[in-house]
Amino acid sequence: MAVTAEQPAWSAPIYMSQRRRLPRWLSTLLHNPVSLAGIAIVLAFVAIAILAPVLAPPPNPTNPMIIPNDGYMAQPQPPSARHPFGTTQGQYDIYYGVIWGTRTAFEIGLLVTGLTVLIGGTVGAISAYAGGWVDEALQRIVEIFLAFPFLLAALTLAAVLAPKLHNGLLSGMIALVVFSWPSYARLIRGDILAVKGRDFVLAARSVGVPGRRILVRHLLPNSMYTLLVVASLDIGTYVLTFAALSFLGVGTEQGYADWGQLLSFARNWIPDLAKYWYIVVYPGAALLLFVLAWNLIGDAFRDALDPKMRGYRAG
Amino acid sequence: MWAYIGRRLLILPVVLLGLSLLIFGMLQLLDPAERAALYVSSPPKNPSALADIIKKYGLDQPIYVQYVNWLGRVVKGNLGWSKTAGQPVIDALKEYFPATVELALWSFVPIIVGGVWLGMQAALHHDTFIDQAARVFSIVGYSFPTFVFGLLMLLIFYAGFHLLPPGRLSDWATAIVYSSSFHRYTNMDTIDALLNLRLDIFWDALKHLFLPALTLAYVDWALILRVMRSSMLEVIGQDYVRVARAKGLSEREVNTRHARPNALIPVATVGGLLFVGLLNGAVITETVFNYHGMGWWAADAALSLDAISVLGIALFSGALLIIANLVVDVLYAYLDPRIRLS
Repeated sequence: MAVTAEQPAWSAPIYMSQRRRLPRWLSTLLHNPVSLAGIAIVLAFVAIAILAPVLAPPPNPTNPMIIPNDGYMAQPQPPSARHPFGTTQGQYDIYYGVIWGTRTAFEIGLLVTGLTVLIGGTVGAISAYAGGWVDEALQRIVEIFLAFPFLLAALTLAAVLAPKLHNGLLSGMIALVVFSWPSYARLIRGDILAVKGRDFVLAARSVGVPGRRILVRHLLPNSMYTLLVVASLDIGTYVLTFAALSFLGVGTEQGYADWGQLLSFARNWIPDLAKYWYIVVYPGAALLLFVLAWNLIGDAFRDALDPKMRGYRAG
Repeated sequence: MWAYIGRRLLILPVVLLGLSLLIFGMLQLLDPAERAALYVSSPPKNPSALADIIKKYGLDQPIYVQYVNWLGRVVKGNLGWSKTAGQPVIDALKEYFPATVELALWSFVPIIVGGVWLGMQAALHHDTFIDQAARVFSIVGYSFPTFVFGLLMLLIFYAGFHLLPPGRLSDWATAIVYSSSFHRYTNMDTIDALLNLRLDIFWDALKHLFLPALTLAYVDWALILRVMRSSMLEVIGQDYVRVARAKGLSEREVNTRHARPNALIPVATVGGLLFVGLLNGAVITETVFNYHGMGWWAADAALSLDAISVLGIALFSGALLIIANLVVDVLYAYLDPRIRLS
């Protein structure tokens, strides 16, 4: 690729190429129209989330996440000047829900990803570093969690927690975190084990650097990087899964500004969807675009990081 | 290799035991009255009625007593009574799992055939318009929330054109299938209809399967397409493919006889895992289309906090997952002699 070609061979010892990796993937992302489109959509959603009070002024500013409802009529109403995207059953304004739902999406995506990485990373690091029976026990626990069909597990836990916490958003997020960390634990364990045998770790150990310090200073920074990349690209998937929980009936409460929640109303109107198309199309489009944006970035990213693909293109 | 298989199978009971403990622990977050709610259809008039139910089902006993009781029954082969299915868990599994297998089969074939074909086209036309189009198609596919795609399909083909209905069979067909003159060999409607020589029922079942199968296929095509594309790209750069071309084989022969068979190896693994995923119940798809399979039942059981059903489904799916993963591993080692199981 261009970056490597411009660089004279003599000035590129190993540590230099290590340092150059960051600008390289970044430039790949910024030069790829696919990922640029993804970045643009994510930025647009950020803008919508920030400008929500301007785009859809809340009638009750103390609790803007509750969608205002215009009467209590059962039938959804088509788009009009008053309700640009129409209303759902119970007359919740779809436009308002789509706009403020952006905040819910970011909240879920960022919180769930952050917590999952933290827990998965910690367990994986302990497992890889401690080895022996600790590793064995933690791996069995990870296996048990992975054997539990994900949606069934998340649905059950969310359904159990919801009446306890009186907060569907929180119980849904907890359910996602509880059953998502094991795959990250496995990922980071594998990464650390791979790094553990490398020369610089042996060098550190041979000069007497204590174990905990090796873990924190050498092993984690080297493996955390992959984990963060993989996880940040999973934001779309978490938002998608949470929407599925809401759709099935255990996510946010009725009337909460959440795309999945808005879509769940459609389940009551399936034979009449041709007439009430707007209750599917608008919140569905918001959800699809949000997930699509992250996947567009992720797709370009994987190509940039995949050494096989890189070799092919260079050759 | 046998030692490897044996070791993996030894882990199975450990994992299943852990899984059942995990679920039991989760359900202990509920108090006895909440767990009793499953057994009453309307709020009981006097509190003593609820207390009777709690006592009858032993819901107030300490968790380990409840667990040991449950485990004792499971070891004897009794998975308990499913409140949501209205029948014993074993019978419900016998009814709903074949429905899920049927849906999985009808979507799996198009996923593999379509995904492999699209992936090959993308690789052979690398970096051209076709490649980019396949890429966009696949990214949109795996970004599409299953339930949104399913609702759109229902919107167009059911509500709009009145062509393809949700559910598993039409009412008239259900009446025949459950009558004494119709023999249910496999509990899979399409296969049973053919075995009973009822083409009208076969056609009806197919009409109901089309949309959920398409929904599953569209979301999963992407995966196979990507795997096939990258493995094909890797293979066509190899020496033996160049040799095949050098000795004068046509481009078609090179691709179908030399490149494709080797490029299919990774597809076999991914495809195997994908099939396992499909068997574990397409929870969302089956719910959207009101298709009464294991996924639909799982969602219903979880949402109604039907502990016995959730336990039964989870144990069944967990065992299935572990065994199927093992089969995929062994298959992979068989297909690719470079891989050694250890």
